[in-house]
Amino acid sequence: MKKRMLHSIAAIATASILGAGVAVADESAELIVNGEIAIVTHTAPPAHLADAMDEIISGWVFRMDGTQSMQADDFDNPGMIWVEAAAEAWAKPEGTEGKSCADCHGAPEEMAGVKAVYPKWNEAAGEVRTLQMQMNDCRENRMGAEAWGYDKSPAINMEALLSSVSRGMPVNVAIDGPAQSTWEQGREMYYARTGQLELSCASCHEQNYGNMIRADHLSQGQINGFPTYRLKNAKLNGVHSRFKGCVRDTRAATYKPGSSDFVALELYVTSRANGLSVEGPSVRN
Amino acid sequence: MASGVKPRVKVPKTAAAGDSVTIKTLISHKMESGQRKDKEGNLIPRSIINRFTCDFNGANVIDVALEAAISTNPYFEFDAKVDASGDFQFTWYDDDGDVYEASKSISVS
Repeated sequence: MKKRMLHSIAAIATASILGAGVAVADESAELIVNGEIAIVTHTAPPAHLADAMDEIISGWVFRMDGTQSMQADDFDNPGMIWVEAAAEAWAKPEGTEGKSCADCHGAPEEMAGVKAVYPKWNEAAGEVRTLQMQMNDCRENRMGAEAWGYDKSPAINMEALLSSVSRGMPVNVAIDGPAQSTWEQGREMYYARTGQLELSCASCHEQNYGNMIRADHLSQGQINGFPTYRLKNAKLNGVHSRFKGCVRDTRAATYKPGSSDFVALELYVTSRANGLSVEGPSVRN
Repeated sequence: MASGVKPRVKVPKTAAAGDSVTIKTLISHKMESGQRKDKEGNLIPRSIINRFTCDFNGANVIDVALEAAISTNPYFEFDAKVDASGDFQFTWYDDDGDVYEASKSISVS
């Protein structure tokens, strides 16, 4: 009796795996945004990952057809609403100096390529900085304005604007030289099992990508598409907020967005996408 | 007026007479459902777009009644058959009485 029950449970499990398989998108689809920006969604891993992975794959590949096509056109991509809002903020003077981003940097398009190399070592500050940290440096020291909260909407919108002008460019963060120790700290975190569930980032995103974790299709956890518009919360999401969600899901005490731990993790995880295209604002579920 | 409202529309610039063209519209709007509570437990009043219409050269193409369960930033995509050049007129009606409008021309050959 018991044996038969186990059999039927196994049969149900098989059926549900097959059922889930139907909902998964065509993994050979290609992404071209607005009919002009070709996005690299599959490529060879960077040298530091060559032993662990055969191929690095954008999270876009793991999403369903409907979600994928939303990202292929800026009108259909809801993330672009906030990019437009940031373009207005870009030109708006703020702070005691009465300066806007545009006064020093010109048009947002002139920042093309910046997102691709962040997080990046800042020599004067002696630390690795994310784009949001650098933006706040500008705001506080050049504009005399108040810093934006980490991953709060003004900051995440501006990051999305800077990302949107770099779309299609290969992610290329430096992991050697002065950034190396921070990168190693991030790698340590990536492979460390954590929380009551004793999961590391690698447990899901390196060893089990492509498999289903209950109803979710596990991606490689690449962050080249951040900031990301998520259908589940209908807004742009920052990398650190996403990390926080993942760490929470392992049932561990999580770190704060903007903390040095998450900066290190962002540098390391970004380096795993070296070679994929900058995609943000991407559309995910 | 609800804050941050901005209508967007996408209509092809040209078409052949008798063609069916795809029209996309999106309006940024918070679409507060009236079901949620704030930190003090008070109900946040409903504030949504309750109607959307599209007219072509004065003739109605689509007229939609929106309800509270519709998500933030409502998006509509629909087809319209065009026989002659003209203007598409788009109108969104807010709960607070505001009306947001947009228009796009199409040249038909």
